[in-house]
Amino acid sequence: MQVILRLILKRLAAAALTLLLVSVIVFTITSLLPGDAAQTALGQNATPAAVAALRLKLGLDEPAILRYLHWLSGLLSGHPGYSYSDGLPVSALIAKRLPESLLLAAATAVVSVPIALTFGILAAMYRGSMLDRTLSTTALAMVAVPEFLVATVGVLIFAVKLRWVSALTFELDHPSLREFLRGYTLPVLSLCFAVVAQMARMTRAAIVDQLRQPYAEMAALKGVSTSRIVLTHALPNAVGPIVNAIALSLSFLLGGTIIVETIFDYPGIARLMVDAVSYRDMPVLQTCAMIFSAAYLGLVLIADVCAILSNPKLRRQ
Amino acid sequence: MSSHQVRVSNLRVVTSDAADRAAVLVKDVSFTIPRGEVLALIGESGSGKTTVALALLGHTRAGCRIAGGSIEVAGTDVLALGSRQILDHRRRRVAYIAQSAAAAFNPARRIMDQVTETTVVGRLMTRNAAREKAVELFRSLALPDPHRIGERYPHQVSGGQLQRLLAAMALMSDPELVIFDEPTTALDVTTQVEVLREFKRLIQERGTTALYVSHDLAVVAQLADRVVVLNSGEVRESGPTMRVLGTPTDSYTRSLVAAATGREAVCALRREVAIAASVGVSGRGDLSEPLEPLLSVDGLTAGYGKVDAEGFPSAIALRDVSLVVKRGGALGVIGESGSGKSTLARALAGIVAPAFGTLRLEGQLLEARMERRPRKQLRRIQIVFQHADAALNPAHTVAHILSRPLKLYFGMHGTERNERIARLLDLVHLDRSMAARRPPELSGGQKQRVNLARALAAEPALILCDEVTSALDAAVGAAILELMAELRRELGLSYVFISHDVSAIRAICDEVTVLYAGQVVDSGPLRRLDDPAAHPYTRLLVSCVPEMRSGWLEDAPATLGQLGTARLDASR
Repeated sequence: MQVILRLILKRLAAAALTLLLVSVIVFTITSLLPGDAAQTALGQNATPAAVAALRLKLGLDEPAILRYLHWLSGLLSGHPGYSYSDGLPVSALIAKRLPESLLLAAATAVVSVPIALTFGILAAMYRGSMLDRTLSTTALAMVAVPEFLVATVGVLIFAVKLRWVSALTFELDHPSLREFLRGYTLPVLSLCFAVVAQMARMTRAAIVDQLRQPYAEMAALKGVSTSRIVLTHALPNAVGPIVNAIALSLSFLLGGTIIVETIFDYPGIARLMVDAVSYRDMPVLQTCAMIFSAAYLGLVLIADVCAILSNPKLRRQ
Repeated sequence: MSSHQVRVSNLRVVTSDAADRAAVLVKDVSFTIPRGEVLALIGESGSGKTTVALALLGHTRAGCRIAGGSIEVAGTDVLALGSRQILDHRRRRVAYIAQSAAAAFNPARRIMDQVTETTVVGRLMTRNAAREKAVELFRSLALPDPHRIGERYPHQVSGGQLQRLLAAMALMSDPELVIFDEPTTALDVTTQVEVLREFKRLIQERGTTALYVSHDLAVVAQLADRVVVLNSGEVRESGPTMRVLGTPTDSYTRSLVAAATGREAVCALRREVAIAASVGVSGRGDLSEPLEPLLSVDGLTAGYGKVDAEGFPSAIALRDVSLVVKRGGALGVIGESGSGKSTLARALAGIVAPAFGTLRLEGQLLEARMERRPRKQLRRIQIVFQHADAALNPAHTVAHILSRPLKLYFGMHGTERNERIARLLDLVHLDRSMAARRPPELSGGQKQRVNLARALAAEPALILCDEVTSALDAAVGAAILELMAELRRELGLSYVFISHDVSAIRAICDEVTVLYAGQVVDSGPLRRLDDPAAHPYTRLLVSCVPEMRSGWLEDAPATLGQLGTARLDASR
């Protein structure tokens, strides 16, 4: 256990350093964006005096380094400033949007991970068979079809024609199961299309790789059935690459869901970030970017810890 | 019911390509094993011996299928079994002991779970009964701490112990037939003796019927009642062990026996010639003048991992090693796995930087790291690795592989280079047309010759050979050794010949250094190996090399454990 603790501490320190670097990069790049929040907020017809006044109010005339330090210290203390566009605290905006995104990501993970694992394991178990080829082709087709197409076609069929589900996903305070299913089925399925394929393919590859090891042949020669070889011999050794694939897919679910959020008018954090770009709303944009980076680092760390826990050689050193 | 436990007739295994291109791997092989006897299946790599053994389990490797014949084990027609019945056949009747136990155990699961898995899953025994039986088998195989060893993971026990644990796994269901597939080939000689002894005792005590697959005639002579000799999938000869090995009638069997027994005699002769030649090379000057050594190593300490305050790496592989290679000489370095012999080769080549100690080539100090050595020094020391497969880029032609050192060290181009490549191929006795081939199209022996030719292309003074014959069949390895002796004679090369194989060392070296746990425990001229005053570990190593007479195993020496590591420690 001590190994794991030391690893986690080490990685957290490294993650903190990485995030610091990311914050510099994010701040620099957003500063390079053309346009200006004050100009955008006041529109084309604003007088130069009004724009200058707003710039002063927003602190845009300060040197970049000072703005960076202000923002960084705010970020660290949990108050990453105020939105340029509507003056609300960024933390309040995020607090409203982040749980929505997490809910969508969690719902998608709950559906997609078991499907992906089942696909991958079945394909590995019957590799080379018709089933394997069907699953692999399906997976490839799923990843090849763009999300907006899946989502739009889904809306046309299930919401417009059949009226089974809702075309939009409203914010619901305490949704009943029925309301939840009506609202979330289509966005979750659209997202599943995007992430299942990658996870299933990685699972299959990792297991097939293990099935080529001599111990898998030995298990067959002592009379272990194929399904048992895959589940109890190959799978425990394939945990490392599989959890890594899952972590990558899940990190996509937090930040990469902009298309689905837009189509379903879903109030998630990805849309918050894209809106922030169009309004030159730097504090919101920068904070969202930092959240995505932190989530990515966290997921990869969890995946690595799982991989180590699954390997008795590393676990006991 | 016949008295034969196993009856194989006209077995035919082919590759499952399109029927017209199918290659035949096993051709009409027939043999029987009477109850309680041990039959050995002898052959070199590619002879089809493992394919036959796996067929008895109703298993073929990917891309192969059984095309004809019949296999009967304890009255069951194996080829007629359905997929469910095959599982039962493997669980109850036939057990398999693989060559490398380290690879055959699943690294992620506890040993006990793996040993008892099929007896529990197949409902042959309850979990508790299976565990008790396993512990009993562990005890009878002389495994340490039989009650708790099963709770460990495979990486926590030694290679010899794992091989015995694999045997325990095979014996769990009291099978009608046990198949041993080269079960000691991956072990050190001193460990091999212990494991062989346990296997033999177990077979005798239980009256086990066994098929013993091996390429090693000396090992077979210790265990088998009868032998079948396979070559290219065909039976060449069969009969009682001592008759076949003593008076072989088939030409192929004779060549195998000659390779095993004749090697020593031939080696002795070649050694004389080599020594004479090296004197010839070095004797051009004044013979009384002391020869400047080609390579001298002084107080070499090397290892891996973090370096502590005093400069020692966290895992020390070599400790205070000193040795000298004479100009035109061949120094053999013997050691078992973990002795540090490969680290020595890597330190000499500059791949591993030593923590302490100095290296001198022709009196000049060698930089510790390869990157800092001048090109001239790099050229003078070349290394030949064990696995030619891994050392040769499969995408390059032989000509391309050989051209790189020529370009790097001599800036050769065009016809000059092509001529040199042709001459290099001549030197290693490969046809000049091989230049256009790629490594995957070559046999193991040919690849090792290309590997050697690449080293020769640099016109080195010293070649480091790391287990160069270990991955090859005996006859192929012997031919490589012969070639190396010839090259040394003709080109005045020096070798550092690193091996765990005492007979290979005898074949080519004139001086020997014995490594144990990273330290030199013995060194001297080659005859030191047969010197009664040699270090006990040297004598143990030499006496553990199996001999082809029956009864050798019973006379075989004390094991490492009995020898007492204390004495070894004391002598450090």
